[in-house]
Order: sequence, then structure tokens, then C-alpha cells
Amino acid sequence: MSALFRQGIRHGIPIALGYLSVSFTFGMKAVGDGLTVFQAVLISMTNLTSAGQFAALPLMLAGGSLTEMALTQLTINLRYALMSLSLGRKLDGSMKTLQRMIFSFANTDEIFAVASSQPGKVGKAYLYGLMITPWIGWSAGTLLGAAAGTLLPEFVRTALGIAIYGMFLAIILPPCRTQKPVRAVTAVAIALSLCFRYVPGLNSVSSGFAIIICAVAAAAVGAIIYPAEEESA
Amino acid sequence: MNWSVFLPYLAVTAGVTYLIRMLPLTVFRKEIKSRFVRSFLTYIPYAVLGAMTFPDVFISTGDLRTAVCGTAVAVALAWRGRSLLTVAVAAVCAVALAQAVLLLV
Repeated sequence: MSALFRQGIRHGIPIALGYLSVSFTFGMKAVGDGLTVFQAVLISMTNLTSAGQFAALPLMLAGGSLTEMALTQLTINLRYALMSLSLGRKLDGSMKTLQRMIFSFANTDEIFAVASSQPGKVGKAYLYGLMITPWIGWSAGTLLGAAAGTLLPEFVRTALGIAIYGMFLAIILPPCRTQKPVRAVTAVAIALSLCFRYVPGLNSVSSGFAIIICAVAAAAVGAIIYPAEEESA
Repeated sequence: MNWSVFLPYLAVTAGVTYLIRMLPLTVFRKEIKSRFVRSFLTYIPYAVLGAMTFPDVFISTGDLRTAVCGTAVAVALAWRGRSLLTVAVAAVCAVALAQAVLLLV
């Protein structure tokens, strides 16, 4: 094992710990919604994305169309395209097409953030190490939640329901504090989301499409009013 | 869930998610020229997560009062830039504590 691979694994540990609590909740919720333990774990092993997986559950249950599922995943996960574009400029010569195809599977918000914050270029040894621990944490947490979630006392299970939103808030609020455009975009998205929940007529739009409309509209308004000065992620 | 229903959903979610991550790293390696598209892509994560968080966070615990407590703690810590793990765990603890208090009163 190279030193860089071990360094990647070490950097992945805090990410894996963070994933445990959220994927535990996902596993618990998926099984509560009628999926088998194996199905819940399979989703986590193949998707490795928090928001997309949580959004997929109600669509599966409601028997949503595959088109709606694809569009929902596309919108919710579109941010990864930006992260991959941005990360592409940080990769060294060891990252050829095959290595890029392997690593891109694990380009999550947190893995992207850690990889981007490394000094200089990063290569395959470090990135493979960095992707392995969070993937294990995400899958193992799902397995634990799916298999043992129902063993937990009721008050713990209900309290865990807020974990994913705590994680989302930890991602969006720091930039909201320092960047006015982000603050404005987030505020518009939240306002629209409230309308789609409570305004009669609008609240008959399915949750998947409501998120797509809110996010695309808010981001477009932001892009028109506050065009980015320079490329940033 | 029936496998014949489940597998197409699994294939679509995993496939779409993977292609979004993989294509920009392999095929589209050029810089995006359009300022609008660049800005749009910069803002989309915050718009998505904002819309997914509100108002759903308030019904995430089955009781508006405990959810508000958890949200307040999460917002306070996240605003100070604390880590994902800290914010998520603190929000869960705040909800558990609020549930305990409600049981006592």
C-alpha cells in the first residue's frame, strides 16, 4: 500500500463517520417504506448520494414514472457535474480515462471538498484511498439502519429523521453567510418550495417535480442577477 | 418491494447519478464558456438542498415542536461553519432532548 493511498484512506475516515449517521437513517427509512434490507443496501452501494437516494424513496413508493425519476435525479445531482468539471483540473497524469471513470463514481460533495482542498495535483493512489472509506461507511451505515433500525427505541428513530437535514444545513449555510448571491438563491428556492407545499393547486405537483422547478428557477434567477465573476465551485 | 418494480428504479437512479459524475471528468473536459451556465451550475446545489430542506425538515420528526428545536440547533451550528457530523448529531440530540422534555411536561 503506498503512502498516498493510506493518506487518502485517513482523509476519508471523518467523511465515513459523518455518512454513518445519515445512511443509517436512509436504511431505516427504506425498510420502513417497504424495501428489503438487501434492496436498501444495493441502492447505497450503487448510488452513493444522500439527497438523490432520499428523494428516490417516495417516488418508488408512489410508483412514479422512470422519466420523473431520471429528471429528479438529474436535477438533484446536477451539482456533481460542476464538481467533476472543477475536479478535472486538479487531477495529475496518473488519472487517465479509466481511472477517471472509476473515481467519478465516488465524487460526492464531501469527497470533492476534501480532494479539492489538497495542495497541488492529486493522483489515483490518493483518490482511490479517499473514495474507499466513505463508500464502506455509507454502505455499512445503510445495512445497520436497515437491519437494526427497528430495534432502536421509537424516540431515537424519530429523532434520527432530522439527521439528513442537519447535513444539508451544514452544506448550505456557511456559503449563505459569506456570499450574498448564494443567500439570495437559497432564499428564493425555499420560498418556492413553501409555495409548492402550501398553495392550493401548486401543492398537487409531485415532490420530485416540485424540487426540480424550485431549484432550476432559483438557480436561473441567481445566474441572471448575479452572474459569477470567475469560475468557482 | 417487488424486484421487477425495484430494479428499473435502481438502474435509473444509479445510471443517471453515475453519468452526471462521470461524463464531465471524461468526455466534457473543456471549460464552460457561457457565464450563465457556469453561474447556474454554481448555484444549483444550494437551490436543490434549500428546497429539499424546507419545509420538509419541520415534518421530519413527526412533531413540529421537536423539529423546530432540532432545526434551530442545526442552523446555529451550521451558520458557525461546524462539520456535517457535528451539525447532524447535534440536531438529532436536540430533537431527542425536546421529546424527553415534552414527555415530562
